[in-house]
Amino acid sequence: MNEFAVSVKDLTRTFGDFTAVDHISFNVARGEIFGFLGANGAGKTTTIRMLCGLLMPSSGMARVAGLDVYSAYEQIKQRIGYMSQKFSLYEDLTVRENIEFYGGIYGLNRRQIRQKTAELVQYLGLEKQVDQLTRSLPLGWKQRMALSAAILHDPDIIFLDEPTSGVDPVSRRNFWLLIYELADRGKTIFVTTHYMDEAEYCHRLSIMKDGRIVELDEPRRLKERYGRETMQEVFMEIVNRKGEQ
Amino acid sequence: MRGRIFRAIVLKEFYHIWRDPQTLMIILLLPLLMLILYGYAITLEMRNIETIVVDRDHSPASRAFLEQIEAVDFFRIVARDIDDNDLETVFQQRLASCVIIIPARFERRLQENFSTPVQVIIDATDPNAANYINNYLSQISTRYNFSYNPLIPVTFNITPRLLYNPDMKSSYFFVPGLVAVILLLISTLLTSIAIVREKEMGTMEQILVSPVHPLQIILGKVIPYVLIGYGISVMILVVAHYLFNVPVVGSLWMLNLSLVLYILSGLSIGLFISTITNKQQIAMMATLMATILPTVMMSGFIFPISSMPLPLQWVADIVPATHFLIIIRGVMLKGTGLHELWPQTAILLGMSVFLLGLSTRKFKSTLE
Repeated sequence: MNEFAVSVKDLTRTFGDFTAVDHISFNVARGEIFGFLGANGAGKTTTIRMLCGLLMPSSGMARVAGLDVYSAYEQIKQRIGYMSQKFSLYEDLTVRENIEFYGGIYGLNRRQIRQKTAELVQYLGLEKQVDQLTRSLPLGWKQRMALSAAILHDPDIIFLDEPTSGVDPVSRRNFWLLIYELADRGKTIFVTTHYMDEAEYCHRLSIMKDGRIVELDEPRRLKERYGRETMQEVFMEIVNRKGEQ
Repeated sequence: MRGRIFRAIVLKEFYHIWRDPQTLMIILLLPLLMLILYGYAITLEMRNIETIVVDRDHSPASRAFLEQIEAVDFFRIVARDIDDNDLETVFQQRLASCVIIIPARFERRLQENFSTPVQVIIDATDPNAANYINNYLSQISTRYNFSYNPLIPVTFNITPRLLYNPDMKSSYFFVPGLVAVILLLISTLLTSIAIVREKEMGTMEQILVSPVHPLQIILGKVIPYVLIGYGISVMILVVAHYLFNVPVVGSLWMLNLSLVLYILSGLSIGLFISTITNKQQIAMMATLMATILPTVMMSGFIFPISSMPLPLQWVADIVPATHFLIIIRGVMLKGTGLHELWPQTAILLGMSVFLLGLSTRKFKSTLE
C-alpha cells in the first residue's frame, strides 16, 4: 500500500459555494518529479495545501507517504518538506540563524544542526555569507537556501508551490539542478509552476483547470498527442479548447 | 525535543527584536518619555492663574484681602485697577482668566453690614479651571472672614486629613495609570504585529507545515514580549519610585502578580487581533482602538468612572485596565493586599483565562 508517495482519489475542497478543487484523482510514484500546471485560481495551491496538512479536504481520499491526510497530518508533517511561492526565510536573520531556526522547529539537536549547516553552506557555496543577513543575498541564492531549509529534516516528499516565480533564468536553472539532485536521491518532488520550460523538466505533468485535472501524462507524450513542438503550445491549446466548451 | 522546538522559536523572536533597534529604542524610550512628561510637565494641579485685581476701595481691609490672594502661587497678578470697559477685551485677548473686583466702601460695609459682595469674573471656557478658581477664592475669603470679621457665626468647619497622598501629587495618581497604558500597548501591539508579520511574509505557513504545535508557536512568540513588557514595567516603577518618589507601600509580590495577570490579558487581546487581520497596519490600528482608547478614557486612568453614565460604566467594567488600576493604586499607594483586592484579582485572572482561551481557539481555527 506504500507504493505511491502521494495518492489522491476524488479529492474535493469547497469554500462556501465555490469549488476550488473538484474530485481530482492521481498517484505520484516515489522518486518522481510531478508537475502541476494551471492558470491562477485553477486549484493548484489549494491541492498542495490539502496535501501538506494546511487545509482540510471537504471530501475524497488523500494519502501522503502512505498516511491519511485526515487523521495522520501530524505524522505527515515530519515526512514532507514545503516551500511556497512566498519567500519563506527571515530576511532579518543570518543564513546560519535561519538554518538553526528551521532545524530547531523540526526538533533537530544542536549537533545535527551544526552538521547540516556545514553541509548546506558548503553545498550552496555560502561560506562567506553564512553570518550575513539573508536580506543581502541575491534572490536566486535565497530561493535555493529556502529549499534547503525546507528539507533540513530529510523528508521523503517535497512540495514546491511556484518555487521559482520572480527568479532570473540562470537561477531557475540552478534551482532545477538542485531539484534533479533531490530526485536522484530518491525524493519525490511535487511542484507547481507557471513556466512551461520548467514543465518540460518534470517526469509527469497534470494540467488543472477550474478545479479539475484535464490532462495527466509525460511531457513528451502530451506533445505527441497534441502534435505540438513545445509544452507552451500544448498548454495554450488545452486551456483554450476546454474553455470554449 | 519539545524544549528544542520551543527554544528555537523564542530565540528567533529575540533575533527579530534585536535586529530592529529603532523599534527596540522606541519600546524602551517611549515609556520613559511619557513618564517624565507626566511626572514633570502634565499635572492636574493648577498654578499661575493670570489674574487681574480691581480695588475700588483702597482701604487697609481691601489691601489685606488682596495680599492673601497674592501670597499663594495659585494666582499671578498680571494687572491692576483696569477700566471697566476693558473687561471684555481682557478675556477675549486671553490676558487673564479671572478678574477680582473689590467694590468701593468694602471696608465700611464689612464693619456695618453682615455681607459685602466681591465680584469675581471667571473665564469658564475651561470649566475645570473655573471651578478651581472659584473654590480657591472661597477658601481664601473664608479664611479672611475668620480673621477680620469675628461677627460671622461659626458653627463648624471642615478639617480634612489627606490619606495616602498628603501632598496631593498628580504623579502618585498618574504613574500607576501610566504603567497600565504602556504595558497594554506593548503587550498587545507587539504580539499582534509579531504574528501578523509572519502571516504577511508567508513564514507562518512554513512553520505550520512543520510538526510544531500551534500552542508552541503562540507561547514561543509571546514569551519574549512578556519579558520585555515586564522589564519595562519594572523600569517605570523604579524610575517613578526614585525620581518622583512615588511610594510602593504594599507587597511587591502582589504587585508582580497583578503585572503578570495584566500582561497576559494584553497578550490575549493582541493574539485575538492577530487572528482577525492579515495586515500589520490594520493590526496596529485595531490595537490602538482596542487598547489605548478604552484604557486612557474608560479605565479611570484620568477620568473618574463614577461620574460616567451608567452604560459607559459597564464598558469600563470590561476594560482590564480598570481592575488593574484599582489593584496597582491600592498596592502602591495604600499598601492593600490580596485580602482587600481579591475581587479585582479574580476578575483580572478570569479575563486573562477567558481571553487566552478564546484567542488560542480562534488562532487554531483560522490557521486551517
